[in-house]
Amino acid sequence: MGCDLAVIEMHDIWKTYPDGTVALQSVSVVIDRNEFVYIVGPSGAGKSTFMKLIYREEVPTKGQLSVNGFNIGKLKPRKIPYVRRNIGVVFQDYRLLPKLTAYENVAFAMEVIEASKRQIRRRTMEVLDLVGLGHKASSLPAQLSGGEQQRVAIARAIVNNPAVIVADEPTGNLDPETSWGIMKLLEEIHFRGTTIVMATHNKEIVNTLRKRVIAIERGTIVRDEYRGEYGYEI
Amino acid sequence: MRFSTLARHMREGTKNVFRNGWMSFASMGSIVVSLFILGVFMLLALNVDKMAAQLESQVEIRVYLQLGTEQAEIDEVNRLIGRIPEVKKVTFVSKEEGLERLKQNLDPEARQALEGYENENNPLPDGFDVEVFDPQKVADVAKQIQAINNSDASKPILQVNYGQGTVEKLFRITNAVRNVGLVIVAGLAVMAMFLISTTVKLTILARRREIGIMKLVGATNSFIRWPFFVEGVLIGVGGAALTSAILLYGYSWLIGTTQYDLGLMLIQFASVREVGGFVAGTLLVIGALLGIWGSTVSVRKYLKV
Repeated sequence: MGCDLAVIEMHDIWKTYPDGTVALQSVSVVIDRNEFVYIVGPSGAGKSTFMKLIYREEVPTKGQLSVNGFNIGKLKPRKIPYVRRNIGVVFQDYRLLPKLTAYENVAFAMEVIEASKRQIRRRTMEVLDLVGLGHKASSLPAQLSGGEQQRVAIARAIVNNPAVIVADEPTGNLDPETSWGIMKLLEEIHFRGTTIVMATHNKEIVNTLRKRVIAIERGTIVRDEYRGEYGYEI
Repeated sequence: MRFSTLARHMREGTKNVFRNGWMSFASMGSIVVSLFILGVFMLLALNVDKMAAQLESQVEIRVYLQLGTEQAEIDEVNRLIGRIPEVKKVTFVSKEEGLERLKQNLDPEARQALEGYENENNPLPDGFDVEVFDPQKVADVAKQIQAINNSDASKPILQVNYGQGTVEKLFRITNAVRNVGLVIVAGLAVMAMFLISTTVKLTILARRREIGIMKLVGATNSFIRWPFFVEGVLIGVGGAALTSAILLYGYSWLIGTTQYDLGLMLIQFASVREVGGFVAGTLLVIGALLGIWGSTVSVRKYLKV
C-alpha cells in the first residue's frame, strides 16, 4: 500500500471515543522514511490520539492507516506485538520498570523478541553507550536523574532498530538544558536513519531545530510545513 | 517457544517473587492463613470420619438358630449366608461359646447365676456372627438372611439381630457429622478464594503499569503470562508447603501429648502417617491452583491493551 517511501500513511482518519469525544476528524497525512516531524497544537487537540494510533494503542473509528506496511485498522490482535517491535515509543514520564536496572530495562525489549543472550548483551551495552549511560547500566531508575531516565527509555526504544520512533512530549518533564541533550540524541538517532514523530509543546526546540511541523487543532490538521515554526504563544 | 525463553520465564518468575518482596509475602501469607484453617478442619473431619468408621465397624449381625437344628441344616444355612455378596465373613458360634460370651459380659456375681446351665442344660441356641463389608448395608443383609429362612420349609432360623433401631440412629449421626464436615471444608475453601482474590486485586494495581510497558515493547500475551504463571505457582506451592509443615508438625505434637488422656476415652487419633500424605497433597494442589488462578486473573485483565 502506498509508495515505498511512506512509513506512516493516514487517509481520512476519524477517531471517536466511547464517551462520544471526537478526537480526530478526517486526518490525512503521509510521513516518509527518515523524516523528523513535530506534532504541535494546544492541549486536547488530538496530538496524543494521533500518536496512539501509530503504535496501535488506539484503533481508528474510520479510515485507512498503515504503519510500516501493516494495515493497522484490520490488524488481528495476535499480530499487534509484531507491529510494535518495529516502533520505538518514548513518553514524557519515561515508563521504565522501577524494579529493573537500566540494563535490564533495555535488555527486556530484546528478550521479548527472543534474541540470543549474546546478542542481547552486546546490543544492550551498545545502545547504553550511545545514549551515554554505559557506566550506569546497573543503576535502578530511582537512582537516575530525569534526563538519564529518558535516555534509558530512548535506548530501550531503539534497541531493536525500529523504523519509527514515536515520542510523546519527551522533554515535557525536563529542564531546558537536559531537554537539549535529549534533542541532540534524537537528532543522532534520526541521522542514523530512523523516522521520528515527536509531539511537543516546546516552542524553543521547534523554532531552533527546524523540521517539518504538523499542527493539530480540534482534531484536524490545520498546518503542515517543512522547516515550520511552532506558531503558538504559550 | 525456545528453550532459552522458557528458562528465562522460570528465572524471571522466580526473581519476581523476590523483587515484589512485600506483595509476595502478603500473597503467601493469605494462602498460608487460608490453607491452615482449611487444613485444621480437614484433620478434624478425617478424625471424625475415622471415629465414625470405628463405631460402624463394630456393627454386625447375629443369627440365632432354632434349638436342636441338625448339623447338615447348620452347614446349609452357613453356606447360604456366605453366598450373599455383601457378606464378608460368617463365623459359627456354638451354644457353648454363646454361654461363654454371656458370662464374660456379666459381672462376677451375676455370672454365678449361670452356674448349672452348662452342657445339656444350656438353654442357648447355636448361631452365626455375620460381618459385612459395608456396615451401612447391615439392615439389607439381615433382610436377605431372613429371606433364606422363609424359603426353607423347616424354618431353621430363630432370630436375626443387628441392633435394629440403634444402628440406624448411629448411621444417621455419623452421616450427619460427615456431611457437616464436608460443608465446612467446602465453605472454607470458598472463603480462602475470597481472601486471596483481595490480595490479587492489590497486586493487579501494582502490575498494571508493568504489563502495559511489556505490551508496548512488543511482548506477546503468552510471553507476558509465563513469568506471572511461574510466580503464582511458586507462591502457591511455597505457601502450601509451609502450611503443611506447620500443620503436620503441630498435629504430631498434639497426638504425642494427648494420646494417654484420650486413649482412656476410647478415642484414637488418626496417625500422621495415615493422614499426612493426603492433607499435604491436597493443600499443595489447592495452593498451586490458587496461585495459578490469582496470577491468571491479575494478568488477564490488563492483557487486552
